[in-house]
Amino acid sequence: MKRYIISILSAVLLTGITSCVGDLDTEPLNDRITTANQVFKDPASYKEFLAKLYGSMTLTGQRGEYGMPEISAPDEGTTSFMRTYWSLQEISTDECISAWGDPGLVELHGHNWSEQNFYNQLLYQRVFINIMFCNEYIRVVPPKIESLPASMHEEVKRYVEEARFLRAFFYSVAIDLWGNVPFVTEQDAPGGFLPKQISRAALFEYIESELLDIIPGLAEPGENEYARADQAAAWMLLAKLYLNAEVYLGPGNKRYTECAEYCNKIISSGVYSLNDSYRNLFLADNHTLRNEIIFPIAEDGNSGRNYGGVTFIIHAAVGGAENPEADFGINFGWSGNRFTNTFADKFADKTGDTDSRALFYTNGQTLDISNPTQFTEGYLSTKFKNKTSAGVNGVNAIFVDTDFPLFRYADVYLMYAEAQLRGAAGTDANTALEYINEIRERAYGDGSGNITSDELTLDFILDERARELHWEAQRRTDLIRFGKFTGGSYLWDWKGNIKSGVATPAHLYVYPLPATDLAVNTNLDQNDDY
Amino acid sequence: MFRLYQKFIPLALFALCLMTVQAWGQTRTITGRVTSSDDGFGLPGVSVIEKGTTHGTVTDNEGRYTIQTKDDAILIFSFVGYASQEIPVGTQTDISITLSADVSTLEEIVVIGYDEVKKSDATGAVAVVGAKQFNKGVVNSPQELIMGKTAGVVVTTNSGAPGNTSTIRIRGGASLNASNDPLIIIDGVPISNTSLGGSPNILSTLNPGDIESVTVLKDASAAAIYGSRSSNGVILITTKRGAGTFNINYNVTGTMYTTPKKVDVYSGDEFRALINQQYADQPNVLALLGTENTDWQDEIYDDAFGQDHNLSVSGTALKTPYRVSLGYNNTDGVLKTYNFERTTLSIGLDPKFLNDKLKVSINVKGMFNNNNFADQAAVGDAIAYDPTKAVHNGNTAWRGYTTWTTGGIDGPGIDLAPANPVARLDLTDNTSEVKRSIGNAKLDYEIPFLPDLHATLNLGYDYAETKGHNNVKDKTQWIYEPTTAGGKYNPYEAKSQNELLDFYLNYTKELSSINSKMEIMGGYSWSHFYNEGGDSVMNVAGEGATRQNVYKTEYYLISFFGRLNYTYKDRYLLTATLRDDATSRFSPDTRWGLFPAVALAWKISDENFMNGVRSLSELKLRLGYGVTGQQDIYGNDYPYIPTYTRSDDASRYPFGNTFYNTLRPDSYDEGIKWEETTTTINAGLDFGFFSNALRGSLDVYQKSSDDLIAYVPVPVGSNFTSYLTTNVGKLKNYGIELNLNAEIISNDKVQWVVGYNIAYTRNEISQLNLTGNKDYYVPLGAVGGTTSGTIQVHKVGFPRRSYYVYQQIYDADGNPIRDAYVDRSGDGQINTEDLYVYKQPDAVVTMGINSSLTYSNWDFSFSGRANFGNYVYNNVGANSTYASLYSSMGFIRNMSTLADDTKFDVAGDTRFSDYYIENASFFKLDNVNLGYTFKDLHNDKLDIRIGAGVQNAFVITKYSGLDPEVEGGIDNNFFPRTRAYFLNVNLSF
Repeated sequence: MKRYIISILSAVLLTGITSCVGDLDTEPLNDRITTANQVFKDPASYKEFLAKLYGSMTLTGQRGEYGMPEISAPDEGTTSFMRTYWSLQEISTDECISAWGDPGLVELHGHNWSEQNFYNQLLYQRVFINIMFCNEYIRVVPPKIESLPASMHEEVKRYVEEARFLRAFFYSVAIDLWGNVPFVTEQDAPGGFLPKQISRAALFEYIESELLDIIPGLAEPGENEYARADQAAAWMLLAKLYLNAEVYLGPGNKRYTECAEYCNKIISSGVYSLNDSYRNLFLADNHTLRNEIIFPIAEDGNSGRNYGGVTFIIHAAVGGAENPEADFGINFGWSGNRFTNTFADKFADKTGDTDSRALFYTNGQTLDISNPTQFTEGYLSTKFKNKTSAGVNGVNAIFVDTDFPLFRYADVYLMYAEAQLRGAAGTDANTALEYINEIRERAYGDGSGNITSDELTLDFILDERARELHWEAQRRTDLIRFGKFTGGSYLWDWKGNIKSGVATPAHLYVYPLPATDLAVNTNLDQNDDY
Repeated sequence: MFRLYQKFIPLALFALCLMTVQAWGQTRTITGRVTSSDDGFGLPGVSVIEKGTTHGTVTDNEGRYTIQTKDDAILIFSFVGYASQEIPVGTQTDISITLSADVSTLEEIVVIGYDEVKKSDATGAVAVVGAKQFNKGVVNSPQELIMGKTAGVVVTTNSGAPGNTSTIRIRGGASLNASNDPLIIIDGVPISNTSLGGSPNILSTLNPGDIESVTVLKDASAAAIYGSRSSNGVILITTKRGAGTFNINYNVTGTMYTTPKKVDVYSGDEFRALINQQYADQPNVLALLGTENTDWQDEIYDDAFGQDHNLSVSGTALKTPYRVSLGYNNTDGVLKTYNFERTTLSIGLDPKFLNDKLKVSINVKGMFNNNNFADQAAVGDAIAYDPTKAVHNGNTAWRGYTTWTTGGIDGPGIDLAPANPVARLDLTDNTSEVKRSIGNAKLDYEIPFLPDLHATLNLGYDYAETKGHNNVKDKTQWIYEPTTAGGKYNPYEAKSQNELLDFYLNYTKELSSINSKMEIMGGYSWSHFYNEGGDSVMNVAGEGATRQNVYKTEYYLISFFGRLNYTYKDRYLLTATLRDDATSRFSPDTRWGLFPAVALAWKISDENFMNGVRSLSELKLRLGYGVTGQQDIYGNDYPYIPTYTRSDDASRYPFGNTFYNTLRPDSYDEGIKWEETTTTINAGLDFGFFSNALRGSLDVYQKSSDDLIAYVPVPVGSNFTSYLTTNVGKLKNYGIELNLNAEIISNDKVQWVVGYNIAYTRNEISQLNLTGNKDYYVPLGAVGGTTSGTIQVHKVGFPRRSYYVYQQIYDADGNPIRDAYVDRSGDGQINTEDLYVYKQPDAVVTMGINSSLTYSNWDFSFSGRANFGNYVYNNVGANSTYASLYSSMGFIRNMSTLADDTKFDVAGDTRFSDYYIENASFFKLDNVNLGYTFKDLHNDKLDIRIGAGVQNAFVITKYSGLDPEVEGGIDNNFFPRTRAYFLNVNLSF
């Protein structure tokens, strides 16, 4: 008996110890989590990974609504690229002032942000995580193509080119917002290294060369599946880059000729036209308007739920006496964003009867804002809605179906005209006027709003861009290009936190690199004067 | 009745085996009963010995004895934990006496992990709280038993919800983002610190009445035997065992819970006056006012009743000591609809086999627990809801509950407005059902051919299962779903299965030739932790079930450990331990960690040169050094493996007309490894004066955590996340602790014992990232009421979780000026660069005091605690400004009358002012308790004690909020702690 017990104990001891070390090599048990070694054995994974790259323009994580984010924030909705990009591009300008009193947003309109501004940090983190996702795709996928069925080769190669397009897009956001930024490509595998900083000029060159390189591999204009990039999207991104070249590379570095050249490529493709209705471009069924929307960020109330993106744009704009359900197709407004009077005054007739782009809600609202946190002060926007052109509400009252028109054909006309005025070679003043009047005819419903060639000035273009493209995340870039973002040459309501507006420091033309990153990456130098 | 002494019955019996009965001439039969001074109950197992002989007996289960002795004999009554008494026999035939609790000898034996030692031989900073010293009265969770009982151990109940959990911090905790919870071991089974959804307290399985003692291993030299899990200290819980003759004990406590204090908000009339004054020229705001005077806090709180029953049976059957106990607790929360119901069963068996060479100890504990958590958001809404409105307003769209709407009472709800708190409670069905069992079988075998060698095998398990849901009816304004969807349906379930195998050998050898004694222990431990579960949110029709989360995860821990205890001349003690641990959570390159420790002790009072110092009865010096570790990372058992996560169906992206689940590369840290806490030094002094009537210990320590596991921003472009849990930085902890215990009066009639402890605890972050940038900080601590604000930081040179705020400027009258802050960066503008570090939530000094007085059949005790230097962010106050009375979404909001102190009438950054960081030092009288014992009823077999008392009797503080004791330091409307009045009856038969 004693011996028996001793041998049991020894057996337990031995089996215990020998089995133990093997037990330590665990792998995830969760069905939804796959190790990097396994995941690409499933052919479907290539497109699903690609969906992550596109989806990261609005979605916030792997669980709908919230719950599995990649960026840490008290409110996951604020980690949405679309939401924060929109906020930094719009709330800092005459087009929008927030009523929330949230310090990070008050700083944006007040032009007194520091390197600790939370929204600046969130967007910066989002842009670079999205770049990391693209880099991972570009590094990991190509070597695996050969092992896929031959029928998939061309398709997956195109996925890789689209990943490069998206990376170029995110870098174009980075060059615009921060200038000199950390730079990582597919050569830099994730790990404990400190990314190096690239100069704004070198980054310009990189984005340009990447886009030029991938264009042949992308789908013909309008030929790709909806919401995926094609050649026209790449041309558009190039045109925008060239249009702002003087901002990115310094005065005198004019690339307007190339800007017009790529606008022309889009125009001459024959695929695009201005949609008859301006207002339908911002409704829940705008995914059908591929004639004008060149590249969208897609939203869906059931399948693509998050508290950022267009869900934010619509909800945050609704409040006061508006009826959220009947007029906007949403359950309730968040009473945040509205226009300054400076913007509203760009429309002489604010009823929308003459210029249909004057999409204001004025009932119970004052034009003037004397207290920025009072949402009943300032005119409200009715531009974006979660209702279809037929008046049917979106599928979900919280999460909207309305896609964001990131690149739109009307912008191509406006860019062409501006490049022409700025001296682009090979352009024609009459054509420019024609394009502008085409935009105005759609807005007015007839030729009554048409302008003459004398009226077509750069100042007119800037105002016309506001009227046509307001709340489409363009305003800050436009004002900077026209030298009117900082300084005192153009004032708007509450610019610099003063009711009448006040001149603001020039260094704000780029946002600062966030303090969180400067602290952990010694390779980085802060932008001047921050 | 079961107390610490049950454990010593076998020892007493054993001692008697050595005695031979002697009968000398003129004998006399003495009978009598020995009772305990603290509660008057009979004391079983007391040895009654004729002085100078080995002749004696032991009292039975009621404390009775019979002994044959001579007239001139002197009887010695002795029992562990009580002061011995000597009684000359004379002509008496009935000698009944009362033994007084002798606190100084209570802690004779301490468990130290895989072994036990005499307290006087302990070399580390070890504190034992025995059942006698436990807090009495209403104790719903085991953590509360030791609240305030020992220096450096801070127990904070997280809220007033019954069955809710408490946070334990030993010496302040050693980590930033890894767990700061100590390792808890129940009868040799370490339990996981991960609590299951629907089961807030990891210790709720344990009926507090079943616990015999709680031992705290505070310093590294004591805790290092648990290696990688011990950096926050170790708590060893020992449950009561059966022994001796048959005994039944029944204990019942009835409790009335009240809400001692409510937030002082504006009454309906005051609110009307305030709105009329602030918005005189805004008819649209004035139109929102109603005519009622509703106290919403009165509507949601009510006095609540709780009952706790405990029945235990113990004895010996078939030569096997057993103990079975059944517990039932049913307690309502003061928040209406909240309920906690728990049934526990505990079985302990201690059979012996093979001529007592094989000792087996079997424990099985089970628990069934039903919770109704209510909707605790009602707590905040009861403050914010408009007091000029009635609970019901006759609408049809919102089930009649007054609701913030636009366009009439049946109009669309205002999502972001406060919800009707009564509707929240009435329409929410938030319940869970938890089953859990913990058990182990420990086999201790004395090797026959080597009697000094013991082999121990301990097999344990901890299984738990929870099922619950948090459903809300439709037509509720706070669930942002269309009202037609039928309401929110949110079921969840979770399961955990943990297993343990320990095997170790103990070898003890007396080496009398060199005046030495040696104990060597070595062993192996294997444990496995498995968790699975899932939850989903949908409407009642099942739509939206796409948003669901299912998880399955596991990890293993494997260890080899050893300890050497060496004693020289019974005065010089050395303990050396070594543990080699591996976790599956880290990569093969980093998963093994070695944790050594060494401690020395010197019993100075046993030295010859101390003989002259009469008043000093005990003096021992202890010195310890050790390395402990931490591997408890929240939320990820595979942090080093590159993985991809597929999204759920609600987070897809369309290409063409097809939605694709997205596939995300996850962040990972290949090199993640143990957090190492090194106790550079712990120096301690144990002392006793006047035959240990005054006893105590003093400890000084400094420890530093290296390779701190922290959740910090990663350089962008280097990982797939903004924040990563990784090893960075260092945290220093240091402190002083003093424990004192004094028997102020100790005689036959009156005993009075007072205990006092005080601890000074500080921590400071000494490194946070690799670049050494001093301005760097990690923000944390979300501010309620904003979407982006945080109020705390981890920053180098400051305590963790320090507040990060603007420095308020005050006017000549000392009132804060709205949004006027000191321009600390000196750049001429006030922005986030002007924030500065100001104070911290952790208390600098903590104190505990307790007193126990017995007079004849009466007993009276109290215990209290004080914290000093703990600061709280009064988030309730910060959210209470005139500026937030009215929201342009179309509603008005009530608030704390603290708004009158600031009169801030325009929104700004006022929430981030240091004005709201308040000194929350406090003294709390946790417990007052009075009892009377009726002895010897029913043929002297029955004792009844009736007791009554108050829990959380009063609080002294300058803090302007509801309760100064706020875990984490951000006071934003938590379930208020209750004041409880209880009546307790204990029957022992």
